Amino acid sequence: MSNVPSDLKYTKTHEWLRTLPDGTVEVGITDHAQHALGDLVFVEVPETGRKLAAGEPFAVVESVKAASDVYSPIAGEVTAGNPGLASQPEAINSDAYGKGWLMRLRPGAGGAGGEFLTAAQYEKLIAEEGG
Amino acid sequence: MSTRLEKPIFEYSVPGRGAEDQWPRDPGPAASDDLPAASRRSGRPLLPEVSELETVRHFTRLSQLNFSIDTHFYPLGSCTMKYNPKACNSLAMLPEFLARHPLAPESSGQGFLACMYELQEMLKAVTGMQAVALSPMAGAQGEFAGVAMIRAYHRARGDLERNEIIVPEAAHGTNPATATMCGCVVREVPVNAAGDVDLEALKAAVGPKTAGIMLTNPSTLGVFERRIEAVARTVHEAGGLLYYDGANLNAILGKVRPGDMGFDVIHVNLHKTFSTPHGGGGPGAGPVGVSARLAPFLPVPLLARRGERYGWLTERDLPQSIGRLSGFMGNAGVLLRAYVYMRMLGREGMAKVSEYATLNANYLLAQLKRAGFDAAYPDRRASHELIVTLKRQAKELGVTAMDFAKRLLDHGMHAPTTYFPLLVPECLLIEPTETESKAALDAFVAAMAEILAEAAKEPERVTSAPHTMPVRRLDDVRAAKQLDLTWKPPAAHAIPTTS
Repeated sequence: MSNVPSDLKYTKTHEWLRTLPDGTVEVGITDHAQHALGDLVFVEVPETGRKLAAGEPFAVVESVKAASDVYSPIAGEVTAGNPGLASQPEAINSDAYGKGWLMRLRPGAGGAGGEFLTAAQYEKLIAEEGG
Repeated sequence: MSTRLEKPIFEYSVPGRGAEDQWPRDPGPAASDDLPAASRRSGRPLLPEVSELETVRHFTRLSQLNFSIDTHFYPLGSCTMKYNPKACNSLAMLPEFLARHPLAPESSGQGFLACMYELQEMLKAVTGMQAVALSPMAGAQGEFAGVAMIRAYHRARGDLERNEIIVPEAAHGTNPATATMCGCVVREVPVNAAGDVDLEALKAAVGPKTAGIMLTNPSTLGVFERRIEAVARTVHEAGGLLYYDGANLNAILGKVRPGDMGFDVIHVNLHKTFSTPHGGGGPGAGPVGVSARLAPFLPVPLLARRGERYGWLTERDLPQSIGRLSGFMGNAGVLLRAYVYMRMLGREGMAKVSEYATLNANYLLAQLKRAGFDAAYPDRRASHELIVTLKRQAKELGVTAMDFAKRLLDHGMHAPTTYFPLLVPECLLIEPTETESKAALDAFVAAMAEILAEAAKEPERVTSAPHTMPVRRLDDVRAAKQLDLTWKPPAAHAIPTTS
């Protein structure tokens, strides 16, 4: 059964969002997503300062099965890409919501709002997908 | 097939051993004499020192480790691993072909040029395109040529804004890579639950920035895109062009033509459909065919017939050409194999290829369903390939698609494609091809059924497979992260120097 922490927001494309105390938003892929991908062997994170539109691919996660884009849930400017993932992509497998974060960004004019899923809604989504 | 691993040839090496009777009698002046001192190596290269017989045995044993279409059932979906008749190879190896110099004048190679011209014409006929160029050296280069022509077409009309290539999410992974390589931006459109392109999403995605769409039909989901005419109309009305990835041509050969479906450009993977070498990295060939509006942009050289003579068309004849993709005219030897294959099949044979390929796939699909497997698209007829999903087995038995694939090796069968297309969880993409007998298909179904029964009774036997191969379950993650393909001499081994 996938781990879905109740204090995070989720997207239909299996990203999670966490608003940090300084107002920036941390983004990663969910435990369900890492499980579906399998063991990760390569992760590309965005450079600091990159401006992203909502829905724009910002990272690539590559496992032994497949390479996939990860989409930015909101518009904003990247304040950090996770530097640890270059040497330890497996952090996403072992700790998707902690050490496996992909990027932090400062929300643009649209703010950190949007149509996100609650933990309960996301759990329902992955149950429907047969997860 | 041998099950014993063969050690590297370096480990047979004994200093001073060799096969002197294989050496050139008079090596002549050393080629390095002309090189400046700084460019010459100071030490001798570390080469294995082995006898002729040791060398023969080493490479023969290595070849016995091969899992190949000549030895095993090889149902690798999306990749059409069909049997290449040996006649294609032997006729292409005729000394008159092999000895022909690419710079020989047209007048002395009319026979060879006639073969190439006829190949161009046959590819035109079978794809329904208006013109064909043979020169791209591989499928990837064919794709590159195709998208480069789409870009050149828009530029020639002064329409500089069109840089978006639409790719359905079921597309081949090479398609977005090609579009990016050609400087385009990729826009993905979803497919619906029945496996067809989502037309509403496509309509929303096209516009004044659309350069074109890349797709293959039947799609990578193993089903025929039923609304292809509506897809073509939508893209054309928006001012974009249609690109056909020839990967799945085997399913429609002699039946439906991409040109008739409205496509503007196609690349043909000769190695998938027309009996040229497959795997091992080439040599390859990926001819491109185009509709009339793209014909001025074809890569050169092309072959032309003037009366009874054959000759080349170059940049002078096609000033808008995207240029040359290879030295001379592409991989002549590979193109000759395809030519022989097509001549052997003839028009009737072409249609039989796709009839048997789709019959075999649908027979497998029906039998696998009866054996308890789930089709990914249960309501659709398969094309030349089919997808089963092991989602249920993975959940109920803890045995995944990868475990089934590995266990099939113990049954003497190459695994189907696993985990592709990405849309279908725990999937096997199975393509039997037209050249397999009913007995071979039945044996595959029996093996799958046996593994399924084993997965219920003794799952660890499946999850730890293979058990009879020279290597067992490999560490994919470590292989991807710490790839090490270079033999290194033991520390004690001194490298001899010449100085």
